Amino acid sequence: MKPLLELICPAGSLPALKAAVDHGADGVYLGLKDNTNARNFSGLNFDARTLAEGIRYAHAKGAKVLMALNTYPQPATLARWHAAVDTAATSGVDAIILADPGLMAYARKTHPNLRLHLSVQGSATSYEAVNFYRERFGIQRAVLPRVLSLAQVENVVQHTDVEIELFGFGGLCVMVEGRCLLSSYACGDSPNTFGACSPGHAVRWEQTPKGMETRLNGVLIDRYADNEKAGYPTLCKGRFEVQGETYYALEEPTSLNSMELLPEMARLGIAAIKIEGRQRSPAYAAQVTKVWRAAIDAVKRSAETFKPNPAWMAELNKVSEGSMHTLGAYYRPWK
Amino acid sequence: MKLALGPLLYYWSREDTLAYYEAAAGWPVDIVYLGETVCSRRHLLRLQDYLGLAEKLVAAGKEVVLSTQTLIESESDLKALRKLVKDGRFLVEANEWGAVRLLAQANQAFVSGPTLNVYNPDTLTLLADMGAKRWVPPVEMPRDMLAAMLASGNHPAGMETELFGYGRLPLAYSARCFTARHYNLQKDDCQFKCLEHPDGLTLRSREGEDFLTLNGIQTQSAKIMNLAHRLDELRSTGVDVLRLSPQFRHMERVVNVFRALLDGDIAPAEATHRLDRIMPGRPCDGYWLGEAGMAYTGMQAQA
Repeated sequence: MKPLLELICPAGSLPALKAAVDHGADGVYLGLKDNTNARNFSGLNFDARTLAEGIRYAHAKGAKVLMALNTYPQPATLARWHAAVDTAATSGVDAIILADPGLMAYARKTHPNLRLHLSVQGSATSYEAVNFYRERFGIQRAVLPRVLSLAQVENVVQHTDVEIELFGFGGLCVMVEGRCLLSSYACGDSPNTFGACSPGHAVRWEQTPKGMETRLNGVLIDRYADNEKAGYPTLCKGRFEVQGETYYALEEPTSLNSMELLPEMARLGIAAIKIEGRQRSPAYAAQVTKVWRAAIDAVKRSAETFKPNPAWMAELNKVSEGSMHTLGAYYRPWK
Repeated sequence: MKLALGPLLYYWSREDTLAYYEAAAGWPVDIVYLGETVCSRRHLLRLQDYLGLAEKLVAAGKEVVLSTQTLIESESDLKALRKLVKDGRFLVEANEWGAVRLLAQANQAFVSGPTLNVYNPDTLTLLADMGAKRWVPPVEMPRDMLAAMLASGNHPAGMETELFGYGRLPLAYSARCFTARHYNLQKDDCQFKCLEHPDGLTLRSREGEDFLTLNGIQTQSAKIMNLAHRLDELRSTGVDVLRLSPQFRHMERVVNVFRALLDGDIAPAEATHRLDRIMPGRPCDGYWLGEAGMAYTGMQAQA
């Protein structure tokens, strides 16, 4: 039987993994300390020792460990991605999350029993695409990009055997994941090949007479008045000028929070809910996991009467980017 | 090296679009890509119109490729995709993996488009096995990575490489329409505002620096990628086809400059000089050198 609404939480470090597991995650996802995953930030991720300890800890408490190898291997360094797949297989993770078909072919051939998930970075938005990965590589789960309305998600679910995982909460990509080169256009490093968007080394913060300015490789992403809280210059969330009007031209600095849609997601048979945020602290992992555990348990008890508890929403808003949240593309008018 | 006219990324009036392809039949390009790759709401030309244009272009001696929509969201998107694949008379450019699946099922040869994210020889080999005969690397792929792709022992035999060589770079796709958002409209009621912006809407930093271009659900560079000055390198790297991406004005002149360049009638410096005067923005070439895409080295520091 397919799982229903498993709670999959971010583990950017061993302490974050333990926090998520302790607060009720059904699974955690993590990456290695290099560009084989899409959160390639210094100080994050796992080496051989922490990976072994993390897997031991999670399995002892009944939680699964998923390893993200969701960047695109490149010719000069292909061996690094192959080695990462081998590491995943021998370390005993429960699944690997991949974006690149070539790497899936390698995993399938070399480790036929290793469970494969399609990463959101694979940009599969239709059941034809999802079924391509199913037929070719036997993927068992697909994480859908944050672009479909719930009715469109339902259409995917109805036409595939692949388990569907949706994003529930966290930083929101306004672009189709895996199909966004804005970061490399501005500063040379892309999520697809480098594993990071708007990377820290390209960021400058500068207090000027006009206000606090944030730049990415020299491009002014935003400028903040004294009464405004300056945010990280993720380049799709800056204020820009179009035809003489200055505004958040692409997206506001806001987080996704789809909690109110949980009963509908349960009805559709969504296998898992993913929480974004491997770059966040263990305290974030603990707080968000705790709230979503309670919410998913409440939906499973009684979907008909489920309403997000205002206290939960207040907790989540505290850790949201810009302290705001949105239903994103799940809610059609957002588009 | 062959010249290709890439798919029209903007939304022009029916008259302008038909006149553009009418004229293109007489331009010195070898390949013409047709079809709507950006937005399913753009309906002034339907598949039947494109098939009619395709026939005329073939009669004029062009190779025609029909390009598929990049972001597939709904069942009606899939229906349109299936219709396009079913026609079967023309080569198809697959811009997402659902299209690859349908084309492989139909045993049709195809072009692997730039958004399939082919960054390594294993994925390219897989595509070759499924019927790809030409591939367009991601627009961010640097020269050295492309060279490694083409030099590797397992580069599929007969697979042509087409490089995005001129035009605003398509950088990102979203469920959201940024043009509609600019006019405070919802996508479902966008009033087809893209028609008013035949080269897209320029997004500037608050210091007035042209940064990006809004084109409906697609975000492009504000700068114009131009690799004319790198022709020798393109040749030695193994590029078979150079893609020129349509702009609203002066496209015939752009094509003529590249034709003259490829034929050896003008030097790269002269081609660059001529293109600088007719491109609707400042140039960039950073991706080719492995730098930020918006960077520009130009003729300086040429090896």
